[in-house]
Amino acid sequence: MKQLTSSIKIAFRALKMNKLRSALTMLGIVIGVASVIATVAIGSGATQRIQQQIASIGSNIIIVVPGSTSSSGVRLGSGNAVTLSEADARELAAQCPDVAIAAPLVRGGAQVVYGNNNWATSVYGVTPDYLTIRDFSVVDGAEFTQQDVDAANKVAVLGATPVANLFGGADPIGQTIRIKNVPFTVVGVLSPKGQSAQGQDQDDVILLPISTAKRKVLGVKQANADAVDTIMMQAQSGAQMPAAQDEAQALLRQRHHLQAADADDFSVRNMQEIFAAQEASSSIMAMMLAAVASVSLVVGGIGIMNIMLISVRERTREIGLRQALGAKTHDILTQFLVEAVALSVAGGVVGIILGISASAIISRLAGWATSVGPGAVLLAVFFSAVVGISFGYYPARKAAYLDPIEALRYE
Amino acid sequence: MSSLIDVRSLTKTYLLGDVHVNALQGVSVTIERGTFVAIMGQSGSGKSTFMNLLGCLDRPTSGQYLLDGIPVENLDRDQLAEIRNQKIGFIFQNFNLLPRMNALENVELPLLYNISDTPDGDERGQRALAAVGLADRERNFPTQLSGGQQQRVAIARALINTPEILLADEPTGALDSHNSAEIMSIFQQLNHSQGITIVLVTHSDEVAAYADRIIGFRDGRIVGDAPVVHPQKVGEARAAPRAALEMVQ
Repeated sequence: MKQLTSSIKIAFRALKMNKLRSALTMLGIVIGVASVIATVAIGSGATQRIQQQIASIGSNIIIVVPGSTSSSGVRLGSGNAVTLSEADARELAAQCPDVAIAAPLVRGGAQVVYGNNNWATSVYGVTPDYLTIRDFSVVDGAEFTQQDVDAANKVAVLGATPVANLFGGADPIGQTIRIKNVPFTVVGVLSPKGQSAQGQDQDDVILLPISTAKRKVLGVKQANADAVDTIMMQAQSGAQMPAAQDEAQALLRQRHHLQAADADDFSVRNMQEIFAAQEASSSIMAMMLAAVASVSLVVGGIGIMNIMLISVRERTREIGLRQALGAKTHDILTQFLVEAVALSVAGGVVGIILGISASAIISRLAGWATSVGPGAVLLAVFFSAVVGISFGYYPARKAAYLDPIEALRYE
Repeated sequence: MSSLIDVRSLTKTYLLGDVHVNALQGVSVTIERGTFVAIMGQSGSGKSTFMNLLGCLDRPTSGQYLLDGIPVENLDRDQLAEIRNQKIGFIFQNFNLLPRMNALENVELPLLYNISDTPDGDERGQRALAAVGLADRERNFPTQLSGGQQQRVAIARALINTPEILLADEPTGALDSHNSAEIMSIFQQLNHSQGITIVLVTHSDEVAAYADRIIGFRDGRIVGDAPVVHPQKVGEARAAPRAALEMVQ
């Protein structure tokens, strides 16, 4: 312990003797650590943003949309068939053990009017389960209930965007709005979710009971009165998503009387996969950047090695004297290792400060989310110490094994 | 009790390029505890090699060396370092103080390499400085001290671990006559009052006159070994080493 504190003291004294030289040597490490910190911060910021977007969609979500249809040889895009029904949704929830909730959804656009204001927005006809799946919560008022759905009550839950555009600052709860000239009572306001991963405003929406939406606003499809545009399902857990998908597919094929040779008349999609791919690519990008940045750490390490070799040469007589006075091999080794580590860790600390400020500036100027975790900081300190030890070892060893007589005689 | 230093047929051969240099060619000598020995000889006579071996800075090619009863010729690097730390105090011609440390820190340097902790280090350092008459200079850096003072700091450093033996390699070589006399009287006092064994290399017969015994080296062998009869008068003091010196030449 005494040895170590004294080694640290000696090291700092030696570094102070050559301030400019020490500072320049540290610079390599400073740049290396700062760029690692900044790139990791940008990378983890991006990953966090994707995770937030996933959370805003809702967790463990599986979406079922109708398949494509062809009419006189013209194939229409998927989602145009009317093969999915409210009954499908009920059976999915009831019969698939890995599916927790299944919510039917119809959607369309409509002009909404309140007083002198009007606003074009998306209208979703849903059941209360939809709010659960999408992880929507109501900040003001209440959700509509299953009774509202059953009775086809004219109630509406508004997203933050239509509220802002229709009501300004006024309290919307209990007010009557007109959607396609049908009066609806506003019963609740959703908590804002912000943009989706695709840049859509997730708050620009009005939720109506699915029954009311079909009959009064969006219209009933002639081919199938029970038809819905989408069924949203939530799996019991993330691990059960593949099983839930398989079960849903099997059940729907059975319910739609499809033969083995027939293609699905619906498709089952998993948002998680899209996001997982995005997340993976962003973290691979971040790792690549960090790898490039860490090359400069290695360059900094070589700088330390260079300076330590010079330092050992300059202090050969001092080493010889210390050996004559009884310094053992490990005493000299420790002294020079501590000096190298002091250089690199001091550089690392400066680099961390610089890296954090750089990522703050980047996030302000470029508008990228950045996040510097304690893990990244610890890692940076650890790596700079490792660089110091590994690049300081050779010069320190060289010092420790000097011949004391030669060293004492060295001019 | 055995002799402090017991050297038997010590040889040392260096390889200089392709040439083998026989720096020591069978040196046998014993030095008793409490003696003050001066070693004289021309450069290349092997006296420096001999001092390096005595100081456990180097290992002999062959022969035996018992220091305080311990055979040291086969010890490894770190064991030799331990012996140097505990039993030997070195004093160099050019003082070898570390310029970035003050006098007290220089004096305490050997304590850093003690196996056991020395919590009373500052006290010991101050005592050692006081013993060489520099009690008021402990915060001074070497550049702020005269040559004589620097050498006194070096002596204090050599004494801090209470060694058995002081090895001084031309300790007055870089000093004027006044400072030389001062340093030599410190040696003499240490030898007389504390019984410390001193082995000193010198070219000067004036310096050698302070010793009890003069060993002369030539061509890697001991060519003279005579006690110095300490006379009362200064004039006669010069005569003794001259006799020894004549043996050398």
